[in-house]
Amino acid sequence: MTSLAKDIAPSTGGQPMVKAEAVHKSFGLSHVLKGIDLEVNPREVFCLVGPSGSGKSTFLRCINHLEKINAGRLYVDGRLVGYRQQGDKLYELKEKEVSAQRRDIGMVFQRFNLFPHMTALENVMEAPIQVKRETKAVARERAQQLLDRVGLGDRIGHYPAQLSGGQQQRVAIARALAMQPKLMLFDEPTSALDPELVGEVLDVMRDLAADGMTMIVVTHEMGFAREVGDSLVFMDDGVVVESGHPREVLMNPQHERTKSFLSKVL
Amino acid sequence: MTEISDRIPPPAPSVPPEQIKAIPVRHYGRWVAGVVIIGLLVLIGIAFSNAKINYGVIPDYLFDPGIVTGAWTTLYISVLAMLLGVVLGIVIAVMRLSSNPVTSTVAWVYIWFFRGTPVLVQLLLWYNIALVFPILNLGFYKDEMNQVMTPVLTALLGLGLNEAAYMSEIVRAGIQSVDEGQTEASHALGMTQGKTLRRVVLPQAMRVIIPPTGNEFINMLKTSSLAYAVQLPELIKKATDISSTSLAVVEMYFVACIWYLFLTTIFSIVQYYIERRYARGSSRSLPPTPLQRMRKYLRMFGSFRRPEVAR
Ligand SMILES: Nc1ncnc2c1ncn2[C@@H]1O[C@H](COP(=O)(O)OP(=O)(O)O)[C@@H](O)[C@H]1O
Ligand SMILES: [Mg+2]
Repeated sequence: MTSLAKDIAPSTGGQPMVKAEAVHKSFGLSHVLKGIDLEVNPREVFCLVGPSGSGKSTFLRCINHLEKINAGRLYVDGRLVGYRQQGDKLYELKEKEVSAQRRDIGMVFQRFNLFPHMTALENVMEAPIQVKRETKAVARERAQQLLDRVGLGDRIGHYPAQLSGGQQQRVAIARALAMQPKLMLFDEPTSALDPELVGEVLDVMRDLAADGMTMIVVTHEMGFAREVGDSLVFMDDGVVVESGHPREVLMNPQHERTKSFLSKVL
Repeated sequence: MTEISDRIPPPAPSVPPEQIKAIPVRHYGRWVAGVVIIGLLVLIGIAFSNAKINYGVIPDYLFDPGIVTGAWTTLYISVLAMLLGVVLGIVIAVMRLSSNPVTSTVAWVYIWFFRGTPVLVQLLLWYNIALVFPILNLGFYKDEMNQVMTPVLTALLGLGLNEAAYMSEIVRAGIQSVDEGQTEASHALGMTQGKTLRRVVLPQAMRVIIPPTGNEFINMLKTSSLAYAVQLPELIKKATDISSTSLAVVEMYFVACIWYLFLTTIFSIVQYYIERRYARGSSRSLPPTPLQRMRKYLRMFGSFRRPEVAR
């Protein structure tokens, strides 16, 4: 079988794929991220767990600049996200430059967010045609391959409303992969699914991990984290409470907050 | 406590799976209402036929060349004004939703002015624009304003700019009806604001935008009659011109009404098909069009007969 992500763009050097240094984010008066420091290495599956409202989604959204950070530094593949540094001054990137940065980062949402007016195939072809200016034929062929890979080769003409949640999420993964990203962000990709559909999405993610994709996964699926994850961070109230190898953290949590959270989800 | 075995119901008597043949509920009220309405219609019909209206001339004037060109003018000025209204309306809606306070204020003031004053006054203002700008100078083009402002251009600007104010509110509601997750997904794929708007947001907003836009267009067909005040030779102006020589005043208005009804009917049908097109993906399957439904009935009819033929 050919791999899901056979053309993962090589990282530009030996540096981490994502590096966060004291990242802060506030919405008005509410301080959501209170100094996040972490590193995600290339080809790593990095799990982010924590109670609802702890700032996991916000952090993911900062990584592809859907949110602007208020303080600290955030690097993806060695480049500052959303800004350009010259001397000690930061310049905001223009819209085009921000869009160009986002191309290399795929994102999968809890609620799929497929384009409902396009078929599965059109959903996957859209960004390569519009953003990368690929020809229709090339985009179609890749989209067809990707949909085959996620097991939906026979559903390419279906609209999202005609697909189950699990199928929609697999199309959404194919859509993100069509841009050949070097980093994939998953924000609770299975939380909106019926229990019997969770497995098919996790299977696709497992394949992707096996192909060497760098992935940051926000999830409550501790089984997946333990089995596939290379590292795990427990976040609470905007700070990193504990981190380490998933098995370590899940079997032998050091902090009270981690213990009480895990006792609820395991 | 009752024993569990007590609560197991006895096996239900098996019902033979045959079609239910029940006597339908009778709707006597519908019959009564129908009879009353028909009675009223007959009375109104008698009143109209006894009026001093010469119905005989209506067919004579229905295809009078003047009337036909008037109807054509009504149609094309409505289409053009509507196009201007839709395009400008989208621009103003986007400006209104912009985070830039200058653009959103400009849009707000535009809507405030053009919605807040009568169309007739706006038409007359364009008609008299030469009082404000006697000379039109675009750098590459210079002429007297009175030469530039033909009745068609006057009507187009008057009706179109007014329509843009209404359309912008419809478009804004449409854009806001699209889930924010759509914009996010599009941005996350590296699409710019403009691409996101064109490829993702507007096509989905269409479902909310089109039904009221159809209404706006049908309104426009009729509102365009106000352009007779700026000398546009549209349907009402033509009908009035003919009635002043033929003395068939009310009859000519009847002729005009028949044309308006014809045009609005045609566009109601067009609207149905456009709405259907933009319903793609919003439901699991599209309802059949009236034509498809008719074909299906014909086919059913055919398949009922075929066995007889085979026999
Ligand atoms: N756009 C926003 N405006 C205001 N508050 C927000 C916004 N997005 C998130 N928040 C707040 O930030 C906090 C963290 O949210 P989120 O990152 O979604 O948490 P998680 O994904 O861990 O459940 C929550 O209290 C939420 O209400
Ligand atoms: Mg979240």
